[in-house]
Parts: sequence; structure tokens; C-alpha cells
Amino acid sequence: MTREMTGAKMVVQALKDQGVDTVFGYPGGAVLPIYDEIFLQNDIRHILVRHEQGAVHAAEGYARSTGKPGVVLVTSGPGATNAVTGLTDALLDSIPLVVLTGQVPTFMIGSDAFQEADTVGITRPCTKHNWLVKDTEKLAETMHEAFHVATAGRPGPVLIDIPKDVQFATGTYQGPKPAASHYQPPVKGDLEAITELVAAMETAKRPIFYTGGGVINSGTGASQLLRELVDATGFPVTSTLMGLGAYPASGKQWLGMLGMHGLYEANMAMHDCDLMINIGARFDDRITGRLDAFSPASTKAHIDIDPSSINKVIRVDIPIVGDVAHVLEDVLKIWKSRGRKTAAAEVAQWQEQIQSWRDVRCLAYTGSEATIKPQYALERLEALTKNHDRYITTEVGQHQMWAAQFLGFEDPNRWMTSGGLGTMGYGTPASIGVQVAHQDALVINVAGEASWLMNMQEMGTAVQYRLPVKQFILNNERLGMVRQWQELLHGERYSHSWSEALPDFVKLAEAFGAKGIMVSDPKDLDDAIMEMIEYDGPVIFDCLVEKHENCFPMIPSGKAHNEMLLGEAETQGVIQSGGAVLV
Amino acid sequence: MSALHIKKGSTSHSAYNLRPNFSDVQERHTITVLVENEPGVLARVIGLFSGRGYNIDSLTVAEVDHTGHLSRITIVTTGTPQVIEQIKAQLGRIVPVHEVTDLTVEGPFVERELAIVKVVSEGDKRVEAMRLAEIFRAKVVDTTLNSFIFELTGAPDKIDAFAELMRPLGLTKIARTGVAALLRGS
Repeated sequence: MTREMTGAKMVVQALKDQGVDTVFGYPGGAVLPIYDEIFLQNDIRHILVRHEQGAVHAAEGYARSTGKPGVVLVTSGPGATNAVTGLTDALLDSIPLVVLTGQVPTFMIGSDAFQEADTVGITRPCTKHNWLVKDTEKLAETMHEAFHVATAGRPGPVLIDIPKDVQFATGTYQGPKPAASHYQPPVKGDLEAITELVAAMETAKRPIFYTGGGVINSGTGASQLLRELVDATGFPVTSTLMGLGAYPASGKQWLGMLGMHGLYEANMAMHDCDLMINIGARFDDRITGRLDAFSPASTKAHIDIDPSSINKVIRVDIPIVGDVAHVLEDVLKIWKSRGRKTAAAEVAQWQEQIQSWRDVRCLAYTGSEATIKPQYALERLEALTKNHDRYITTEVGQHQMWAAQFLGFEDPNRWMTSGGLGTMGYGTPASIGVQVAHQDALVINVAGEASWLMNMQEMGTAVQYRLPVKQFILNNERLGMVRQWQELLHGERYSHSWSEALPDFVKLAEAFGAKGIMVSDPKDLDDAIMEMIEYDGPVIFDCLVEKHENCFPMIPSGKAHNEMLLGEAETQGVIQSGGAVLV
Repeated sequence: MSALHIKKGSTSHSAYNLRPNFSDVQERHTITVLVENEPGVLARVIGLFSGRGYNIDSLTVAEVDHTGHLSRITIVTTGTPQVIEQIKAQLGRIVPVHEVTDLTVEGPFVERELAIVKVVSEGDKRVEAMRLAEIFRAKVVDTTLNSFIFELTGAPDKIDAFAELMRPLGLTKIARTGVAALLRGS
């Protein structure tokens, strides 16, 4: 399809042709022509956020929960700079986004015009790719290319900067053309390497699958193949924070999350395994702990679509570049054709060893009848919501780690959290994005009160669009994770890690037109959670929890997987000066 | 914790405390990158090096295919083998990059650099400068009664050597293009 139209109309037409149903945005001078076109149509729903950072996180929540790219529309200058945190967050967690920014007209670029910023310059290191479109004739082609780049290969955020005169000018609209781009990352893995992996699987005595966000990004088919492979081989499986849900938490082989606040059994199994099969994870520093003591006796295979992830921090023996679903399909095919062999007796012994680690019950905590323990709050939340059509988002900190430990995810795309960048303020807008995509689902943002305050303005968005998001705030009146590190690392000098002037969250909810619930007695918790679930509208749930609870297990900075701390008694003087410089 | 089970002579394990995986040796590599000639592409390449803390010893860029809008960037860099591998992988994932070639690995290759050198001197020094320039096959592209500008092409070592010799003979300014390089043979 080709026809003449204005640049602004092209933008909307291209979004329709790319199957976009929702745009998160905030208008301003430099995008008014596009907003005019949005006004004149009904196919694309626009969600007006309260801050551009919120727009990007909402689009991330939308993308992560649907598998489709999220779309953002913001104005020039401050609109674009406010989007930077969200872009960086999406880049580190490989979330496909298409962000459209307005720009001052081409003839004013470089003149320090009102609301001018060098948007492509500023966002170059925090996008997968970006474009400044100076010619309306190139706009449609660039829009289609942007969707391709955002979703092909390792997904990520892209940005198109569109000057206002380009939006007003007329050009020829081109529909999407498949395979027009030179950017075509290979998806099939090398069969020789895959065969090598299968051979290693056949003889491995202490194997482990270490899965990550790449399994989720590869689509639901990848999770299905992973489940088939895990169940057929009987190998245990652990996952990074980003990969939760790819293998079900109720699955027999599930070890729980690994890493700094991962489960004891997962980390011990990673340390002692003889074959580590990394599927779509990237040996992040939260996972590896001390590098020179990371899983010292294992053969390591690494499946990743991004060649730069391979051998970046950990040298692997069997690198396989390709898309997880494609590679797992080949792994299964070859493994089956060679007779479905495993060293079953040794693997059974390995499972016994793992059971003894499980028996340590690393998530045990001291209960209380007087105060709500944050772990208890999450256990009750899990019990009362797990049979719902449920999506969880989080903010960043202790509550995030507890949520990863205590909530079980049965399916992919149900868990939205800021893993790589660790962005406080992610959860509220992300929950809004998820709810927009899944109107009837139960969407809960597990938050800390400090993180939650960072983007609380988005409650206005939730109320405006009748999005019944539940803001489940574990309120300890502290920056809990900062406080924990100060306790362990900085001689209990709690420098600026508590809030002396918190709002009354119930009144705050009412001021927004939402419902507020406050609970402080463990006996009232279940009723309060039920009230939250049953309320048809957005809720701010202020759960006053124990103020000094630390998050365990924990691998202290600079320590190895088998040097985990399991509880309060083990924390004295554990982090040495070498570890203290690490974050 | 169980003991390490590593077969004798095995190379397929990666026990860090037994065998260092990554060499610390600094290597110099010449890498060429074929890129789409679009605005900002050089900034992407340079931003990658500065953002990730890699070294650039020399960098040249020019369009090499006008109809295809392709430019060739030639980068000379130093780093450990692991860093060099990362640089290539990171360059490869920049969207407008079509091809990354490590000439040092794929070699043999030819590398050339052009320099123009201003030498200000009189008397014997001026004569000696002229004589050395002939030995190096440098061309005189500008002259006054007390100065020459020489143009010299060659591998970077040759240009270094020429500049060193010219220094006591009145070298005042030097401009170098950086290295351009191609693989030998077909």
C-alpha cells in the first residue's frame, strides 16, 4: 500500500499496520500533529500517563506480559530525557519497545530551541538503535524498521526522533515489507555444538539447567520446550530473577531462583554441578558471585541469541548462538534420536544431594504474632491469590527479592520486575501497563514504600482508566535493602536510609480516588488481602511490616555460591574490605 | 562439598582456580568494520569503546561504496584476548554494522597510514632532512626557504621512525590519518 499523507498520519498508520493496539504517552508541543491524528481515529488506544518515565515502564509491563513490543509517544526535550531511565531499564532487561519522541523542526535543530535536546545523542547508549528522521519520505520505512529491530534478535528498546516539520510535511506512505532490513540475527544454533551439548547431557552426573529471561523473550514455545526437556531428562532447573515462570514453580525439578538472594539448593547445585546448561541467561554479577570460585568443576554450555553475551564474564566450553526455542527444539530432537540417554543412576544420586540442601529450608524465618513479617505477608498473598489469573510486578529492593522467593510462577510473562538496572519506581507504572493488556486479570505490584513513592503519580492513570491495579506495599519505613547493607557493611550506621515523613497511604489512595487499606496486625492480614482482591478498582494496600527484617539467604559481595549466609546469626563480619567495594 | 572431578589432560572443563581462562597478555589488533553510512554511526562505534572502557589506538573512517552507502572504519586497538573478543562481538551487534573483520586473526594483511610532516630548519639540518626524506620516499608537498612539508605513506612503524629522525632536524608539526588496512590475497 502506498499513498500520500502527512508524517503525523504516517506514524499512526504505521502503528496500525504493525498491529499496535495501545500507546502510552504524554503530549507536548513537538508531538501535537501526531496527537491530532490519534484524536481522529479509534483503532489505537492512548493511555495518558502522569510522567514520561511512567509511560516507558508501563510499556515495559505491557510488552513483558504480552510478548509484543510496547509503544511510547512523548514530546521533545524533557519528554525525551524523562524517558531515559525507562529506556535504560528496557535495554538491560531486553524488553522490546518502540519509543517515539517529538523534536523541534529540522531548521531549528542545533539552535538551543525551546524544549530542544539532542535526543538521539542522549539515548544512543541506552537504546538498541535510534533514528532521527529528517525527511517525511523516510518516516514510514523507519517506523517499520524500528519494530523489526526492537523485536529481532535480542529484543530491546528503539527510539525514533521526529521533528515537528517532518510530522506536518506530506510524503508517500509505504506498508511494512518483510525482510527489507539487513539486520537479520541468526536464530538457528550450530548443530555441531548442539550435538556436543547433547553428548555432555548423556554422561553428566550432576547436571543443572540455569535459565534466564531469554527463555521468556523467545516466546511461550520456548518455555514449553524447556518444560519438555527438563521433564524428559530429570535434570534440576534454576532460574535468574528475569526467567521466573519459564519452568513452573510447582514443577518437580524446580530449585527456585539462584543468585545473591537465591535459594540455598539452587546456589549449592550451581557450585557443585558438573554440567551447567545456561539457557538465555548472561552470568550477571548478581548470579555468579566471586568469579574465580564460580562453579569450579563444571563444563559450561551457553545458549544465547547475543554473541556478545558469550564469554563476556565466564568462559564457556560449549557456546551456542541462537534463539532459545530453535535451539531447544534441536537439542530435544538430537537427544531423542540418540536414544534419550542420561546417566540416570548418578543423576538420581545428585537429586538426593539436592534434597539434602532443600532440607536446610533456607527460606525459614522467625514468625511473629505481634508484627507482620514481610515473608509472612508474601506467603499469605501467595496462598490467597495463586489460583487467580494473576500478574505480579515489583519495585526494587528487599520486597522484590522476597517476592521472587515466596511467590510461585507457573507460566511465563506473569512476572515483571526491573532486574538489570534495578529501577525503583518501575512497579507501579509496569502494573498499569500489564492491566491495560489484561483487563480482567488480578495485577499486583509488590512494592516497598520508598520505591512506590518514586512513581506514585501513576495512580492518577490507574484511576482515570479504571485499571484495578493492587499496590501491595510492604511498609517498613526504611530503604530496606540499603539498611541491610549498612548493617552488614557499614557498622550499622544507617545513613539516610529511613523516611521520617511518610504519607498516610489510605488518605493518599482516597485523594487519588482509589481505595486505601492499612493493616498492621498479622491476624487481620488475610481479611485485608481478601478485601483488596475483591475490590473492583485500584487499591493502595499499606502493609506495615517488621522494620528491621533482613533478606536471606544472601551471598555477600565477593563471596562464592557455597559461602551463603542463611540467617541473622551468620552475619557478623562476613563482608571483607574487598567485597565492600562491590555493589 | 564434593571434590573436583577433572579428567587428566582435559581441556573441556573450566576450573578457574586450576587453569586461568583469560590471558592477561595485551594484544594489538587491527579490526575493520563495514557500516551503513548513516548519521551517528561513528558516534556509536566510538561510544561503544568509551562506554565499555576499551582502547582506541587509531581510527579511520571514510565512505567506500557510494551507491551502497557503506563506510569502512579501521580501528587499531589493544586489549587482552577476552577484551578483543568482546570488542568484536559488541561491534557486531550495532545495528548498522554489516561486517566485522579482525585482520590480525584473519591475516596476513596490509596496513598503511599517511602522514604530513612540517620541518622548519636551515643549513645542514635542512639538507639532512631532505636526504632522509628521500630514503623514506617522502614527497615534498610544500616548501619555503626555511621549511618543508613532507608527505609520507607507510606502516605506522615507518612513520614513527621518520618522525623520530626528523625531530632533531626541526620537526614542528605532524598530522597522521590513522591506519587503513585490508587483507592480502583474494
